[in-house]
Amino acid sequence: MTVLSIIYVVLFYVAIIVLFGGIANKIMLYKRVPAPLKIPVTPAPLTTGGVVYRLFYEVVFFNSLFRGNKWTWIFGWIFHLSLLLAFFRHLRYLISPDVFFWPLINNMVVQSFGHYAGFTMLIGLAGLFARRILVDRVRYISSASDYLMLLLIMGIAGSGLMIVYASHTDIIQLKAFIMGLFLFDPQNLPADPILLAHITMVLFLAVIFPVSKLLHAPGLFFAPTRNQIDNPREKRHLSEWGAAIEAEDGRNN
Amino acid sequence: MADYDIPETHEFPIIPSIMEGSMAHSSPFVAGKEFQDDMGFPSAEETGELIEGWKEKFLELLQDKLGKYRSLQVFMDTCVKCGACTDKCHYFIGTADPKNMPVARQDLLRKVYRRYFTFAGKYFPKLVGAVDLTEDVVKEMYSYYHQCSECRRCAVFCPFGIDTAEVTMAARDILAMIGMGQKYSNQIIPKVFKIGNNLGLPEPALADTLEGLEEEIEDDIGVKVRFPLDEKGADILLVTPSADFFAEPHVDGLMGYAKVFHAAGVSWTLSSKASEAANFGLFIGNYESMRQISLRIRDEAKRLGVKRIIFGECGHAWRVAYNHLNTLAGPWDFLDQNYPIPQHILEFTKDCLDRGILNIDKSENDWMTLTFHDSCNIARASRIGEDPGSQFTTPRQVIQAVCNNYYDMAPETIHDQTFCCGGGGGLLTDDLMELRIKGAQPRMEALKNSIAEKGVTHMAAICAICKSQFTKVLPYYGMTMDQIVSVHQLVSNAIILDGQGEEAEESDDAEETA
Ligand code: SF4
Ligand code: SF4
Repeated sequence: MTVLSIIYVVLFYVAIIVLFGGIANKIMLYKRVPAPLKIPVTPAPLTTGGVVYRLFYEVVFFNSLFRGNKWTWIFGWIFHLSLLLAFFRHLRYLISPDVFFWPLINNMVVQSFGHYAGFTMLIGLAGLFARRILVDRVRYISSASDYLMLLLIMGIAGSGLMIVYASHTDIIQLKAFIMGLFLFDPQNLPADPILLAHITMVLFLAVIFPVSKLLHAPGLFFAPTRNQIDNPREKRHLSEWGAAIEAEDGRNN
Repeated sequence: MADYDIPETHEFPIIPSIMEGSMAHSSPFVAGKEFQDDMGFPSAEETGELIEGWKEKFLELLQDKLGKYRSLQVFMDTCVKCGACTDKCHYFIGTADPKNMPVARQDLLRKVYRRYFTFAGKYFPKLVGAVDLTEDVVKEMYSYYHQCSECRRCAVFCPFGIDTAEVTMAARDILAMIGMGQKYSNQIIPKVFKIGNNLGLPEPALADTLEGLEEEIEDDIGVKVRFPLDEKGADILLVTPSADFFAEPHVDGLMGYAKVFHAAGVSWTLSSKASEAANFGLFIGNYESMRQISLRIRDEAKRLGVKRIIFGECGHAWRVAYNHLNTLAGPWDFLDQNYPIPQHILEFTKDCLDRGILNIDKSENDWMTLTFHDSCNIARASRIGEDPGSQFTTPRQVIQAVCNNYYDMAPETIHDQTFCCGGGGGLLTDDLMELRIKGAQPRMEALKNSIAEKGVTHMAAICAICKSQFTKVLPYYGMTMDQIVSVHQLVSNAIILDGQGEEAEESDDAEETA
């Protein structure tokens, strides 16, 4: 084992713990905090199925953003879709060829779409970055971290593309390294500078993810404005602390 | 009319370039000790100063709210600064002040939240725009959280459903608890408790007013239409905003409700102690006040032994009634479960129209061409009917059932994209007149364009605040105050009651020829 590889093994474990621990922590916090009042933004669905549909539409098509701003929507949507495609492409480094869905990942379609996703991702990010600089309103609300995060992800996409097109790496060894992490059997990591840069940036992203705005997906599912059912007259909505106030003065009896 | 820079209106909406600090001077009067005392809120020796130990108190209250309101906790974290909301606020469009962009308004609190409650803000404040809590920061919050009418237009377009109104409410409540309550709201709420309504209109005066209305209708159409007050055993308790008792055009709406009840032959009553539908507890973000105000209605419903509760035309009052009355003042198991609890007057009237029990002569409204202003709290925080979106269709159906000439305003200014009148959310006070005029710009623009293109003459509304606000600001935009009407005023004009026969019409003709 090279020293470099040992360092990266440690970094990987730390990043994974911070990432999943941080996400779980936030989700638990959101679950714990009650929503004392009914505040769905109407027109809102009348049933649970309706809420699922509303959220599905938001998650998959960014429905509200589409209504709000077409440019941000197109760039944002391209970026997130590319991210999803890139994720699928990377799965082949994470799973073993024995798994039954291996052919679903290791085929021409997923792999080549995954390639192009690197380019479309850069286009989406560049668009978002341009809006931040060019539109006075968006510039006003942006802080340093907003720009840096875009640059970081651009760096990840750019270095990823370079690995594919400019400086190939030993993917067999890379896969062995990753599988080794799963099996707690550390393996060597190929010491290509571009690959290391790519991985370092990804690990950094994973670490800052839970403590930054990057963790915005759970917020969508927990926003009472979107996830509540519009039935306040039919069903009494009462939080625990609301009930405690009632119990104290008995005025609702 | 005092002098203000009236924003220009255009044929097509224009998003202004930002003008930093253009509304930094706008702040409502701070509540003095007497009003803070009435609310049970603390006050410093000098009005407008902060109480001792305000900083610790502020952070303590913020922490408490984060633990009690999922909305606040989630909204503080989730914003990605995408900018989709930046051009959606009528106060931004009308003032160009970037701190009136919804996300920037949230950021006033978020930057403090980040500084004291997040890892990034504690250790890298500069990077994420976190700031220390200082007196200047607090004063800025007081200013800009009173430039938000809690209308939720921003929340419609936010990819995460972030509702700036929730942040405004939380901030206002915290500010009130460190000595910076708003005078207008804190002056009004105690009147509701002591007397029964926002105006401080006591029972004898109210009885007198109602008697006057009975006489007015009798003189007008020759039919005695009753306005019962505190009548035990009535079926329906009508809770309506107190502006309906005397302000124009509100009172014409009240006469409309009474005529509909009369024609439907139902027994109803007003209550002198619950003679107010408005609930300013919502505006100041105070759960306990909102609950106490709601509980008056419960007490009165029990005392009078009614079976149903119906709310008159009001925006935020309907939001609270529709969404929160059950939570705050329920359970309503002692009322008749066959009717929605509470019910909106438009639901009642629409039902009567559908059943064909109202005798309507639409031509009575032929001299007007109407449009309808969707009030924000109704459009984006309630329903009036059974289906999602019925808050848009029901009022229009009622208007079109009593009027021949009706047009909608531009599609991006109605339904859930409607613009606030500019005076909602506890801002309907003279000390915010400049803000109110500027904030009305998008609605005024849409109205003016529908006047020019469709020949609209009047705009109907179903919110007491909208009606008061429009009577005040229409003249600033070159229109007249009587161009705003109540929806039930239109019903009142068109409805023909039994006994409103020959005799009345003859005297009408007589007047005209005379
Ligand atoms: S639309 Fe929502 S996420 Fe985007 S900047 Fe505004 S509040 Fe933040
Ligand atoms: S709630 Fe309305 S007034 Fe407040 S920031 Fe949003 S759009 Fe503006």
